[in-house]
Amino acid sequence: MSLLAVKDLSVKIGGNFVLDKINFELKHGEILALTGESGSGKSMTALALMQLLPQRAACSGSIRLEGKEIVGLDDRALCSLRGAQVSMVFQEPMTALNPVKTIGNQVMEALLEHGMARKGDAYHKAAQVLERVGLPPSKVPLNSYPHQLSGGQRQRVVIAMAIALRPKLLIADEPTTALDVTTQAKILELLKRLAKEDQIGMILITHDLAVVADMADDIAVMQSGRIVEQARPEILFRAMQHPYTKALFAASGHQVSLPDLPPDPQPLLEVKQVTRSYRLARRSFWEKPKEKVAVRGVSFVLRQGERLGLVGESGCGKSTLTRAILGLDPIDTGEIRLNGSSLQGAGAELRRDIQVVFQDPYGSFNPRHKVAQLIKEPYHLLSIPPSRKEQEDAVVSVLKSVGLRAEDRFKYIHEFSGGQRQRIAIARALIIRPKLVIFDEAVSALDVSVRAQILDLIAELAEEYGLSYLFISHDLFVVRSITDRCLVMHNGQIVEHGDTKELFDNPKHKYSQELIAAAPRLPVF
Amino acid sequence: MLRYTLKRALSLALSLCLASVIIFAVVEVAPGDPASFMLGINAQPDTVAALRTELGLDQGKFARYVAWVSGMFSGDFGLSYTYRSPVSDMIADRLWISLPLALYALLISTAIAFPTGLYAASRRGKTGDAAVMGVTQLGVAIPNFWFAMILVVIFAIKLRWFSAGGFAGWDKGVFQGLKSLTLPAIALALPQAAILSRVMRSALIETLSEDYIRTARAKGLGKRATLWRHALRNAMIPVLTIIGLQFSFLMAGAIIIEQVFFLPGLGRLVFQAITQRDLIVVESVVMLLVFAVILVNFLVDLAYAAVDPRLRERS
Amino acid sequence: MSWTRSLTFGAVVSLFVLLIAMVSFVWVPFDVTQLNIPDKLQRPNFVHWLGTDHFGRDLFSMIMVGARTSIAVALLAVGIGIGLGVPLGLAAAARQGSFLDEVIMRTNDLIFAFPSLVIAILITALFGAGAMNAIIAIGIFNIPVFARVTRGGALSLWQREFILSARVSGKSALRISVEHILPNVSNLLIVQGTIQFSLGILAEAGLSYVGLGAQPPTPSWGRMLADAQTMVSFAPHLAIVPGSAIILTVLGLNLLGDGLRDLLDPKVRDRPT
Repeated sequence: MSLLAVKDLSVKIGGNFVLDKINFELKHGEILALTGESGSGKSMTALALMQLLPQRAACSGSIRLEGKEIVGLDDRALCSLRGAQVSMVFQEPMTALNPVKTIGNQVMEALLEHGMARKGDAYHKAAQVLERVGLPPSKVPLNSYPHQLSGGQRQRVVIAMAIALRPKLLIADEPTTALDVTTQAKILELLKRLAKEDQIGMILITHDLAVVADMADDIAVMQSGRIVEQARPEILFRAMQHPYTKALFAASGHQVSLPDLPPDPQPLLEVKQVTRSYRLARRSFWEKPKEKVAVRGVSFVLRQGERLGLVGESGCGKSTLTRAILGLDPIDTGEIRLNGSSLQGAGAELRRDIQVVFQDPYGSFNPRHKVAQLIKEPYHLLSIPPSRKEQEDAVVSVLKSVGLRAEDRFKYIHEFSGGQRQRIAIARALIIRPKLVIFDEAVSALDVSVRAQILDLIAELAEEYGLSYLFISHDLFVVRSITDRCLVMHNGQIVEHGDTKELFDNPKHKYSQELIAAAPRLPVF
Repeated sequence: MLRYTLKRALSLALSLCLASVIIFAVVEVAPGDPASFMLGINAQPDTVAALRTELGLDQGKFARYVAWVSGMFSGDFGLSYTYRSPVSDMIADRLWISLPLALYALLISTAIAFPTGLYAASRRGKTGDAAVMGVTQLGVAIPNFWFAMILVVIFAIKLRWFSAGGFAGWDKGVFQGLKSLTLPAIALALPQAAILSRVMRSALIETLSEDYIRTARAKGLGKRATLWRHALRNAMIPVLTIIGLQFSFLMAGAIIIEQVFFLPGLGRLVFQAITQRDLIVVESVVMLLVFAVILVNFLVDLAYAAVDPRLRERS
Repeated sequence: MSWTRSLTFGAVVSLFVLLIAMVSFVWVPFDVTQLNIPDKLQRPNFVHWLGTDHFGRDLFSMIMVGARTSIAVALLAVGIGIGLGVPLGLAAAARQGSFLDEVIMRTNDLIFAFPSLVIAILITALFGAGAMNAIIAIGIFNIPVFARVTRGGALSLWQREFILSARVSGKSALRISVEHILPNVSNLLIVQGTIQFSLGILAEAGLSYVGLGAQPPTPSWGRMLADAQTMVSFAPHLAIVPGSAIILTVLGLNLLGDGLRDLLDPKVRDRPT
């Protein structure tokens, strides 16, 4: 008998089928990966399995856990299942824990709720579980509060709560998406080990095909609420049938062809021994705020026409460095020069040569302005802005370059999708023909297929406009495909730099090696 | 936690200082000299001057301020200009009415609001919630002194359960005293209860949509357990803020309500003192009211730290 | 109640009150300055729709004229609050964490510490009763409310990336505050404005009740209630009429505020954003 048998599972919300006749089976101890882009219904499937769907959702079909039907059970029966037989780990570790209760308390609660321990030994059992997930009480005391832990540690606590009762089925919904690459690798390792030790059947939900390739015994690809293809990884990756799967795989592994570098390039951006510390937020009116050194003695050169990547995990200092280059924050020591002139305290004339594309396609724009006005914003940096007609023409032309239409300039930003908004962001960055564009996690919030298109666009524009850019990302695979040279940043310093292909194939510094080894890879067949 | 308390206490002291300066300044700037007022329009300038000296009004503003403030530390608020009796005694008498009234009203308000807000949040979107929202919407719009009048008509005049006004006095027993304060307390409490239950409801709804609630349910906690153990504590934070604010509204509202019920409380004292230009009394009463509010806010801040551990630490 | 019903009902009631206030400048059924003792204390009837008071004055006309006072005071008080509070809030948010921000926030907290009605009473009592001082007294308390709301809204906007883009473009904090921040907090301000407006009506009624609001002969709803107090047992309509006027107006404004809040929030409206 299989652990989980799902038959014709459908979920309807307000007339729309968010899940449409889902069928799959899972055996004990096996890992099934549910993968797909946003809106495919993967998270809905997870919620349906836990019967934690939103109130307005109507669920039909059959979910059998070890032969017993789950759909239609009353809340009490479901409560005894949840946590004990079926557990779930969610995506956002930062908000998954109750901030006002200790971690020990929250783990113990899982045990006590299901009567698996009495008050006396609940503490010990909780300590044991936390030890299993890599949080030994000697290092992380049970009376710590969530805000005292890092993202990776919090996720371990959530996992501890989930496995404390040795459930038969564990559902992990994007458990590592919000974490750094190295932390991600460790958490996935942990999940794999626990599944093996306890013979837990696991459903791993992720949009990242590379993660899936490594871990899953079986992969199901979802699109618009349906499973379009399901097979074991060896078979799937070698001989995928469905066009959507093919498109997804192609997009994930998409390589961009960059134009050649110009001969004998001149230095464009020079960063010399830049240091910056900043004050942490004031705790109160009376205390002096503490300082943190974010960037220590960073130096690098970006040449004309060059595409330079900057990788690093959260807290490495890349955001501070970026803000310094953009002039949003001052620096303590060192110099930043553009074309030989210093950028510190520079006026609009110099600033016009650097533009930026940010990560968040939803927050990047003033929701009250029309697209034309949004794109024209950089014009105020020019001492002699072009005439209205010229501006209008420029807007139309740049919109076309990014693959949108001239009429789009009359619309509001909320009428566009995420990928389209990033195109508009790029249009805004290019309109005054800057010399340098900074892409700050510009594709990180996009779906895989959209991401591939935007990367292609960037490569095209690099050719058309003779762009030089600094591409900042935590996603190693993206950086690998879109840059010529790359910098690796860790703890405020550049630990390694070099030709991108060289760096990725042969990292020399210990941290770069760790980083690159941790990044999940798509199988090459 | 100790550091936090000390910091808050320092803040409290600073606020009190500033408040005292402001109150003193406002009252001093007001037109009308107490001495001339007391003696009437036809008084001789010499008599007026003599009275001013006697009252200490001829001293510089700064000296008077210092005297007033230093007196406060020892509980001495000076002598009333009109009655020449210690202000502290006058205040103390009235305080025994105003303070219990405010506390009584706070009690009724919270006792009604908490279960109502909880009920509405748990029945969100259904008829129960809509009913509560409707009633509270109305409650918020009602002026408490008007409501007081209606209560008097129904419960005092028609039904004769309570007296229409006046205060029986505590020496006749606590129960009698509370009886005189019941209608006023209800009149004060009801509009505030409406506000508080809405806050409670929205705080709970917001808390219930947080991720950690979903985690709790995924652990197998039932709806009730989740509500009591996880949602409630976190929802308390905004609720505590409102309770703190409510106290200041209750103090203010009490002043007006005292007029309706002819209660000899601080409100009546302050009105009389204003008409009589008895500045010392005015300053002292206002200072006391402000002190009460600042103190309550201080206690609320401490309560925050008790509820939310993130506030207790420095790092 | 769904937000559309809230909005419509609120808008209708608020506009109605505004309307009768405006109309009162041109026409009232009966002259409120004329005493008419023979007609005193009538219950609502066909001639006097809401009855008459102890001086024989027509209550409906008094409500109409009283509406002027309530609206004028509350509106101007909101004006003071917005006029001074919003710039302070914007400045505090633009310079968050700086000394200016601390000063503004501390002052705000201090004003909040004074029981508002008490200080309103203090000011009007010491400097003279009257509509003007009532407006100032109530207005002073609106300032920290709007400052706080503006600052809160502005702070979260400053973190948004479109503001970062504007800063990268080199725009000054002042320009950004005016061009980008202000239009995007206007939603919050509109909603808060209706709330403070309704609170202002209640506050004015309270002040008039204790005799510190608009002085006779200007009619005001609060004073109508004060006059009614001694006669309420045998002529309850004297209290019910002005009380209902206050309740209805405040209710209408609150519903309008709720409806506007949902109207202006794209998530609730379900428009793609």
